[in-house]
Amino acid sequence: MSKGRFGIHGGQYMPETLMNAVIELEEAYERYRDDPAFNAELTELLNEYAGRPSRLYFAGKMTRDLGGAKIYLKREDLNHTGSHKINNVLGQALLAKRMGKTRVIAETGAGQHGVATATAAALLGLECEVFMGREDTVRQALNVYRMRLLGAAVHPVDSGTGTLKDAVSETMREWTSRIADTHYVLGSVMGPHPFPTIVRDFQAVISKEIKAQLMEKEGRLPDAVIACVGGGSNAMGAFYHFIDTPSVRLIGCEAAGRGVDTFETAATIATGRLGIFHGMKSYFCQDEYGQIAPVYSISAGLDYPGIGPEHAWLHDIGRAEYVPVTDEEAVDAFEYLSRTEGIIPAIESAHAVAHARRLAPELRKDQIIVINISGRGDKDCAAIARYRGEDIHE
Amino acid sequence: MSNLAKAFAGGKAFIPFLTCGDPSLDVTEKLVFAMADAGADLIELGIPFSDPTAEGPVIQAANERALAGGVTTDKIFELVRRIRRKTDVPLVFMTYANVVFSYGAERFLKTSAEVGMDGLILPDLPFEEKEEFDPLCKRFGLDLISLIAPTSHERVRSIAREASGFVYCVSSLGVTGVRTNITTDIAAMVRLVKAEKEISCAVGFGISTPEQAANMAAQSDGAIVGSAIVKMCAQYGADCVPYVAEYVKGMKAAVSAVSGG
Repeated sequence: MSKGRFGIHGGQYMPETLMNAVIELEEAYERYRDDPAFNAELTELLNEYAGRPSRLYFAGKMTRDLGGAKIYLKREDLNHTGSHKINNVLGQALLAKRMGKTRVIAETGAGQHGVATATAAALLGLECEVFMGREDTVRQALNVYRMRLLGAAVHPVDSGTGTLKDAVSETMREWTSRIADTHYVLGSVMGPHPFPTIVRDFQAVISKEIKAQLMEKEGRLPDAVIACVGGGSNAMGAFYHFIDTPSVRLIGCEAAGRGVDTFETAATIATGRLGIFHGMKSYFCQDEYGQIAPVYSISAGLDYPGIGPEHAWLHDIGRAEYVPVTDEEAVDAFEYLSRTEGIIPAIESAHAVAHARRLAPELRKDQIIVINISGRGDKDCAAIARYRGEDIHE
Repeated sequence: MSNLAKAFAGGKAFIPFLTCGDPSLDVTEKLVFAMADAGADLIELGIPFSDPTAEGPVIQAANERALAGGVTTDKIFELVRRIRRKTDVPLVFMTYANVVFSYGAERFLKTSAEVGMDGLILPDLPFEEKEEFDPLCKRFGLDLISLIAPTSHERVRSIAREASGFVYCVSSLGVTGVRTNITTDIAAMVRLVKAEKEISCAVGFGISTPEQAANMAAQSDGAIVGSAIVKMCAQYGADCVPYVAEYVKGMKAAVSAVSGG
């Protein structure tokens, strides 16, 4: 079995042209992951620039309204650039600098990872190019402007369905054509080894903080941690330090789109099966011949036909639960959190909020749920308004 | 001698690529016969994949057209059965790991051997992952073709040592597609391979003109051409057969004119 496996999942299914690049990355990561100077620089950036630690906020009104478990919100939406993506990007950008790279490339779906990458590139003096599905450049026009403002070139991708999977494919293609000076800042816990491990480690700060903050506030660990899952980076970050504590339920919320019984869904665990794509073995939405399915979700960031290999493994061993959440439920939750707590979550994160609304009333009042609010929802306002039949112009 | 070894037995080889089902499986069948008659020494049959990450725009578009036309792996197996009634030209599949894996690797490879395929090229299956399919390929007598790239460096040795059929030398960085210039030192790549194992080396990616093919063949054992042919299929549709045949004839003549290597 090759490197980077989580059970049967993971691996390095990459073109030969890129193999030395991923090996070089793996070696660099091994060298720096425990390097005090590297970690000091990263911590300084995370704290002083990105605004960590992010707040763990007790959602009192939501708790009273649902009448069950106490609800805490991990406020990754308050990070600089508005989502958890900055945690991973600062780590990878520093690593790229250490490797002597002068240019970074990235895929983006909702635009949050692209914005975070463009931000880190501006800060650290790296050239930056972002690949984004044509469809998503329309859905997330504001983020396209933000990336350009930050000095990045944004390339709309027309191939396939013009969404996140096509952006990933196109960034991989771009990497094969220019490797020596270029690092691919992959945005989720997916792709070939070592990306799933690197991204998880840089996102693990989320669960590390939740653990410490909840111990301080409640003197104990949560009963459940809930996060949305596309590729699965915010969920992996929120789960990681609880994996060895079985009393903490880990719940990933997949985008069911118009429902898992329709073809317009992106719920990989619910509707996919084992496959090999984008460098990894994992679960993918695909047809009987292995053609990758044109998935759908209202959320550009969850609109991906696969899931990171460590999630696939957590599912196999029954350590984490994966539940589908429809567009309608997510939009309801988007509006609900805005009205109840005055917090507008990203439509991605709203999938996790939606499931918490189902779960909290089933739990006792002395139990605790933590919802990872992976990003803020300003970027989604126009799309949600459209969903509700209101046409607003940004 | 394996059927793939035969492809290189008569001098420099010319190896064309086709996307099965573009513009239709009937035309693909006619193209295979026409290319074999025109002197193709080995033919790569592309099984279309929805997300071909190693392909440039030309072959991506061909994959999309073929899939939109309803081509499936099973229909391609039937196509190969029909082809094999009339020609023994060496044939390899070129597709992506998920097409094989999803069909069931054993079922896919067993059927490939039964219908008369000689080998398989999977651009997203590097040396580190070849155990996924290689033992099954060996069991069914298929060659799993190894690729080396300009970035492979010291990896060439271990790849070459375990290679079978022939070694596919990727001419340059980037995805498939026509290039004006190929600057890689192909001869050096080929020398590295042959220092490790006596195996034929064919060069692909970016070759479209007879001059390029001759130049690549001079430094190796053969030239592989994909996008330039797929472009003709896109341009002429169902009428592409004579154009492709003429092109293959010219390319074969160009590589045959090269001596030594």
